[in-house]
Amino acid sequence: MIVRISTEGQYELGDGDTDQMNELDNDAVASCESGDEARFRASFDRLLAYVREKGRPIPDSELAPSELILPPPDVSLEEAREEFSGEGLIPG
Amino acid sequence: MPGLSGRMSTVVKAKISKLLDRAEDPAETLEYSYQKQIELLQNVKKGIADVVTSKKRLQLQEEKLQQQVVKLDTQARQALAAGNEELARMALERKNTVQTELQGLDTQIAQLEDQQQKLTDNEAKLRTKIEQFRSKKEVIKAQYSAAEAQVRISEAATGVGEEMADIGLAMQRATDKVESMRARADAVQELEAAGTFEDLTTLGPGEDDIDRQLRQLSSSTVVDSELAKMKAELGVGSSSPVGELGAGSEGGSAGAAPAPAPAAAEEEASGGADASEPGARQ
Repeated sequence: MIVRISTEGQYELGDGDTDQMNELDNDAVASCESGDEARFRASFDRLLAYVREKGRPIPDSELAPSELILPPPDVSLEEAREEFSGEGLIPG
Repeated sequence: MPGLSGRMSTVVKAKISKLLDRAEDPAETLEYSYQKQIELLQNVKKGIADVVTSKKRLQLQEEKLQQQVVKLDTQARQALAAGNEELARMALERKNTVQTELQGLDTQIAQLEDQQQKLTDNEAKLRTKIEQFRSKKEVIKAQYSAAEAQVRISEAATGVGEEMADIGLAMQRATDKVESMRARADAVQELEAAGTFEDLTTLGPGEDDIDRQLRQLSSSTVVDSELAKMKAELGVGSSSPVGELGAGSEGGSAGAAPAPAPAAAEEEASGGADASEPGARQ
């Protein structure tokens, strides 16, 4: 499974990591909805750390679409909320 | 996955397919996509130039503010030496405000530096990806049947499209940072324009509205301690050469020494010298 951290790069994770990813992702969403900035930050950082630690960075010379895309590491709670409701972070 | 990552992926993919839908046959898709990539690369270069310009502007402001700190410090000293503690206090208060502003500028310059680095890295990455796409494009055109080519093209185009969306996002974030910094730079410029006291004599206590505001804003403890330090250095209020201007030379430690304040003495001396020197020579 290829995961992209926006503005950072792509990582390849094994199939065995999917469940854990799912869990971390759900937690990030829940903390985002709670509106608690500190909680969201901690949760999102855990998700990023997991991808960076478990994933193999994909070299620039490879051209592959990602299955998952994460918001940029410096995303704010406000922006993450937008991502669920509005236009999203990606510029047209 | 419906989570954060799933939602981002959906949005990106929707945008990419919208981009690719514009072309009808596979060869056209390739060319269109390639053309878009080149355009984006140009934009990234412009984006980097923009960040660099903003950074330079802030650095220039930083230099000016640093000069202002030195000037205000000198002015505070002069004011104190002349016995005008109120004016010295004002100069120090303003200096304090300028210093706070300087710290803010430091942070922002560092942030822009960071953005510049990110965009430069991104540019290099995009360049590599475009190169990759270009060679893949030729291979696909030469080797595959129309149906298979369609699949491979959409794969390659999605891969590169994602990279494009990503760099678009990085660019937008850099632009947002630059925008907010512009607003700040303008605010700093006002502070700069307010400037130092051009003429020590024109500004009496509380004459200037800005000064009053500044005084309220800045922490007076910092100013107090700095004022005390400056006094100690200049020896104001103790066994000082400016004893006369101090708070009533307590105890008269300097005794009955010939103690006209040097500031006053200098004035007299220089004033007198102008008049007396020619006379003395004649």
